[in-house]
Amino acid sequence: MNQMALAALKTQLKNFVQSMFDEGVLDSQFSQIQALQDSSNPNFVDEVITLFCTDAERIITELNKYLGYQSVDFSKLDTYVHQLKGSSSSIGAHRLKLACVNLRQASDDRSKEGCVRALNSITREYCLLRSKFQTLIQLERSIIALETNR
Amino acid sequence: MAQSRHAVEKEQSTKITALVVDDNRINRTIHRRLLSNLGIENEVVGSGKEAVDAHCSGKKFDLILMDMEMPIMNGIEATRKLREMGNRSMIAGVSSRSMEEDIQEFIEAGLDDYQEKPLTMSKLISLIRKISLNG
Repeated sequence: MNQMALAALKTQLKNFVQSMFDEGVLDSQFSQIQALQDSSNPNFVDEVITLFCTDAERIITELNKYLGYQSVDFSKLDTYVHQLKGSSSSIGAHRLKLACVNLRQASDDRSKEGCVRALNSITREYCLLRSKFQTLIQLERSIIALETNR
Repeated sequence: MAQSRHAVEKEQSTKITALVVDDNRINRTIHRRLLSNLGIENEVVGSGKEAVDAHCSGKKFDLILMDMEMPIMNGIEATRKLREMGNRSMIAGVSSRSMEEDIQEFIEAGLDDYQEKPLTMSKLISLIRKISLNG
């Protein structure tokens, strides 16, 4: 019975990740992360996603703070968006990475209005990604629980 | 039965030691795991200054994976400083900076190799091969 439930969950996870690839939410870098998870480190994907979300939320808060000032410190903005772009690239968050590129461009152009638009897009993409990651982590945890009980 | 490519690389890379220098903890986590999967003993630090401190404390590494943009001391300064102090590790720049002049400056600071982020298993294996060939 457990065996069948496990197989069903693995298929569900595979299809869910594939749908994220199809939508452009994730790219092939995420497969690299998944490949690094094995029996010696069964929670690796969960660990990386959790780290990513904690950092992303901190950075988005900072970006909002700096864009809220009358006079924008574009170099500070650039530093934070570089961090978020790097994290997005490392985890394979494709659409979020592209949104970061847009903010970087607007920052280079010294356009506050462009930066605000790009940050709104980053926030939207991040919220979508977080919600999908939550589903993914739930599936991962259910699979690990069944595998542990085997 | 033929050994898998990954297993062969793992055998070759045993005994190689590496230092990950990156201020981003997601990158540190991923790079560490990539190295561990190849059986490479590794340590991590969060800035160029800490990499220089590790060298000063007498630690030696075969490979240093050096990020470019970091607080306190960036990868370019750290690489220059390490070379000035006689560090002979293979230093590989790992960065997502796409400006050609930045990359050039990084290389001229003393890099042996440059890899664009994200670092993947195949990129890491190509670095390990270079160490094995030079060793």
